[in-house]
Amino acid sequence: MAPILTVKNLDKTYESGFQALKDINLNIEKGEIFALLGPNGAGKTTLISIICGIVNSTGGSVTVDGYDIVRDYRHTRSRIGLVPQELTRDAFETVWATVNFSRTLFGKPRDDAYLEKVLRDLSLWDKRNNQLRTLSGGMKRRLLIAKALSHEPSVLFLDEPTAGVDVELRQGMWETVEYLRETGVTVILTTHYIEEAELMADRIGVINQGEIILVENKRQLMKKLGQKQLVLQLREPLSSVPAGLAAYSLSLGDNGESLIYTYQTQSAQTGIDSLLQDLGEAGIRFTDLHTTQSSLEDIFLDLVNG
Amino acid sequence: MKMNPRGMYAIYRFEIARAARTWLQSVVSPVVTTSLYFVVFGAAIGSRVEQVQGIPYGAFIVPGLIMLMLLTQSVTNASFGIFFPRFTGNIYEVLSAPVSYLEVVIGYVGAAATKSLILGLIILITAHLFVDLPIQHPFLMLFFLVLTAITFSLFGFIVGIWAQDFEQLQIVPLLLIIPLTFLGGTFYSLDVLPEFWQTVSLFNPVVYLVSGFRWSFFEVSDVPILVSLGMTFLFMLLCLALVWWIFRTGYRLKS
Ligand SMILES: Nc1ncnc2c1ncn2[C@@H]1O[C@H](COP(=O)(O)OP(=O)(O)O)[C@@H](O)[C@H]1O
Ligand SMILES: [Mg+2]
Repeated sequence: MAPILTVKNLDKTYESGFQALKDINLNIEKGEIFALLGPNGAGKTTLISIICGIVNSTGGSVTVDGYDIVRDYRHTRSRIGLVPQELTRDAFETVWATVNFSRTLFGKPRDDAYLEKVLRDLSLWDKRNNQLRTLSGGMKRRLLIAKALSHEPSVLFLDEPTAGVDVELRQGMWETVEYLRETGVTVILTTHYIEEAELMADRIGVINQGEIILVENKRQLMKKLGQKQLVLQLREPLSSVPAGLAAYSLSLGDNGESLIYTYQTQSAQTGIDSLLQDLGEAGIRFTDLHTTQSSLEDIFLDLVNG
Repeated sequence: MKMNPRGMYAIYRFEIARAARTWLQSVVSPVVTTSLYFVVFGAAIGSRVEQVQGIPYGAFIVPGLIMLMLLTQSVTNASFGIFFPRFTGNIYEVLSAPVSYLEVVIGYVGAAATKSLILGLIILITAHLFVDLPIQHPFLMLFFLVLTAITFSLFGFIVGIWAQDFEQLQIVPLLLIIPLTFLGGTFYSLDVLPEFWQTVSLFNPVVYLVSGFRWSFFEVSDVPILVSLGMTFLFMLLCLALVWWIFRTGYRLKS
């Protein structure tokens, strides 16, 4: 199947001379949830803004469903919904008026039944007659989603959907993304929270300083780069890692109450066998043990730090 | 999709609805202000200055007053219409929508022009309550109204894109449009001025508007009617060129 979004050799140098994107290449498949993961200033918003027509690129090309975003902008833009990173400032129109505006602005005929469904799905139906300025932050964010969905896009961009949102609302956002997945919309979201990418996305692209460092299926990424840690609860606390065990990558945790061994899940020899043997010989006894998987956070730090 | 008339109309309708929401400020207030001008200037000065160019003073100032209101309202309205979404951040939606620049301009400028045109007509009707007002060339008069409303809404659109904050947004109508209108022969005929100031006045585009507009009422004018029409068109072309340049370069809209 042809990708729904293709980015080829995309460059962006702002007028200030700052190069925000360097030779970006990316394919997004229909129906997938793709997370663009990167620290602040990596170029995530710039990339999205170019695709949506808010920022001009300085090189390369982007196609959506086979249409070029510059030449065939009417085709591409009518397929794209955008939920911007920044909440917009207060306005005076009502929720209902604004979703209607969004829909018709994108060239779609009025469809009150559809808009009602969108508002209901996003728990905004009760607020339809409220002015936007009376909405809470979480509702505003959902309203921006409703506006983006109002014209039935096939691709939806969510730029940092949970930035500045409290825990409970973040949970709600994850559910919203799940709901979007069910509707078949291709979702491209950006985040700098790794847990979030891990939780929501099928595939993850890591972007840093304007470059895509890697794009990988989430599970493969976890597996490929995953480190595990073996945590041993010690019977007697240690003040330092015994010199005899220096060959292993060990560290102490819980004020010396536990010993942590970090190893690569992918390597043929994890070294656990010999470690346990050496511990026995050194007379170090333990009461319990468990393993933990490294999070994307660690993976990401590894990647960015080379 | 070759064109997006729905999108264009969405912008237009949104802008008209905004005026309806704030009708006290956008309709009642300019009508009241202009009526006050009629009363204060027409009655107070009119009782001393009987006639200008053979026209009773009370009637003489009506075209100029309508122009004053039309200009300020067109500029204020159109500039606010495009500035506010820039201010709230909602502009992203218009920029990312499948609408062409032309459609965006027609939506915003068309709505602003419509609103000030309606206001102009309301004030014209109100003026009839105060003074005896013949209109020699009603179609030309309407044509002038429409042309001016569109031209200055375009100008306002440019101001709304140029302005970086609310202060700058208000500076143009306050420090440019109102003085130019007051000095543009709204309350007097240019021949009362010393020759030097008459010449200076010819650099004021509002002079041509007021003069031409007044001619359509009374067939008296400071400059020939065709010159008035020509200059107004020229100013409109200038604004159009600027708007075209704004969208071509993305000035203050796109980086
Ligand atoms: N209009 C602009 N002019 C100059 N530099 C910009 C502009 N917008 C963004 N940048 C810079 O481009 C880089 C990427 O920004 P952005 O795309 O917003 O990153 P992200 O969304 O990943 O946090 C940042 O260093 C930012 O300062
Ligand atoms: Mg960003």
